[in-house]
Amino acid sequence: MLATKAIMEQGVHVEGINFFTGFCVEGHTHAIRKKDKEKPKRNNSLWVAETLGIKLHIIDIIEEYKDVLINPKHGYGANMNPCLDCKVFMVKKAKQWMEENDFDFIITGEVMGQRPMSQRRETMPIIAAESGADDRLVRPLCGQNLPATLPEREGWISRDKLFGFSGRGRKPQMALAEEYGIEEYSQPAGGCCFLTDESYSAKLVDLWKARGTKDYELDDVMLLKVGRHIRPNQDFKVIIAREDGEARFLEGYKKNYINMNCASHRGPLALIDGNPGAEDLYVAAQIVARYGQGRDAEQVDVLVRDLAGNESTLQVRPFGVDEMPKAWFI
Amino acid sequence: MSQYELDARRLLCPLPVIRTQDKVKNLQSGDTLRVTCTDPGVLQDIPAWCRINGHKLIETHSSEHEYIVTLEVGK
Repeated sequence: MLATKAIMEQGVHVEGINFFTGFCVEGHTHAIRKKDKEKPKRNNSLWVAETLGIKLHIIDIIEEYKDVLINPKHGYGANMNPCLDCKVFMVKKAKQWMEENDFDFIITGEVMGQRPMSQRRETMPIIAAESGADDRLVRPLCGQNLPATLPEREGWISRDKLFGFSGRGRKPQMALAEEYGIEEYSQPAGGCCFLTDESYSAKLVDLWKARGTKDYELDDVMLLKVGRHIRPNQDFKVIIAREDGEARFLEGYKKNYINMNCASHRGPLALIDGNPGAEDLYVAAQIVARYGQGRDAEQVDVLVRDLAGNESTLQVRPFGVDEMPKAWFI
Repeated sequence: MSQYELDARRLLCPLPVIRTQDKVKNLQSGDTLRVTCTDPGVLQDIPAWCRINGHKLIETHSSEHEYIVTLEVGK
């Protein structure tokens, strides 16, 4: 937001690009759950574009991004976040868009030293070089700490009006925001990607391990954001809704997964991912019963729907609180 | 002027906006597009996307768990 504003202040026409990887954290994802209802249901990139008065192009890179996540040349960060490869890839895509749409250079909001992986003095030249953007990549917020870029040398923008921010502190950025009259801004401390989240990353690694391959579809990564994930063995896991909002979301996947819910008592919807055998389904039903209102009953009827839509009922004793090992919870 | 439909149910933000954006690219000015979604966030996002990109919001409508946004493609 600040980088865009800084370049717009120099009289340059700027348009925004927002890449959607499938792992983006948005208010909407939070809004599935009641506890997050307070968070604004808005797409922050659209909100920023509207606030700045620029056009925004949202680009779906879900398929292409798989290779970035599965085979990161520069490795992962603290979790499954391939930040440096991700940045290289996105700048490369931005360069492609720039050329197709007759734009002259790319700007990013990077600040040297702000992030431990992709925003270090040593890694910033890697992004410029490996993306192919080279000296058409301008970082307005820390540009004065870097060699002059083509737009500066050509006089398209003034180097004097760029900034020399560095380090993890954000006070200079906050002061600049105040100077620009920007009172509200999103993600002041990063964290806009589920791959930086420890819990989410554990679920992704579990998925790959269970399937024996580092691959995924969009539905997989969406479902990792929702519900309790409980894996009694490598053949199956239970994804169980924690509340009505999640149950409604999971409803949309009922045709693609074996699914079950309590029939004799109120209880949540659960999807069964994997290839469960008959005994596995019985265990899954005991888990589902555990999270329904019949958790203390001697017996609960659990309705099971297979992939063909056929229904059957399992009569199970719900698991007790100590009967589900901690290791099952992903 | 033609009327078009887009089914964006089950999609979470920002996919309904991306699908709308991609559909509108192939429509003519004055055409209308009716987008059906299950993510309530579209009631904010598609109107915002219309404002940013010069399209006209005709109406938004909510049923029990579906959200419908109708827009007219701008120039």
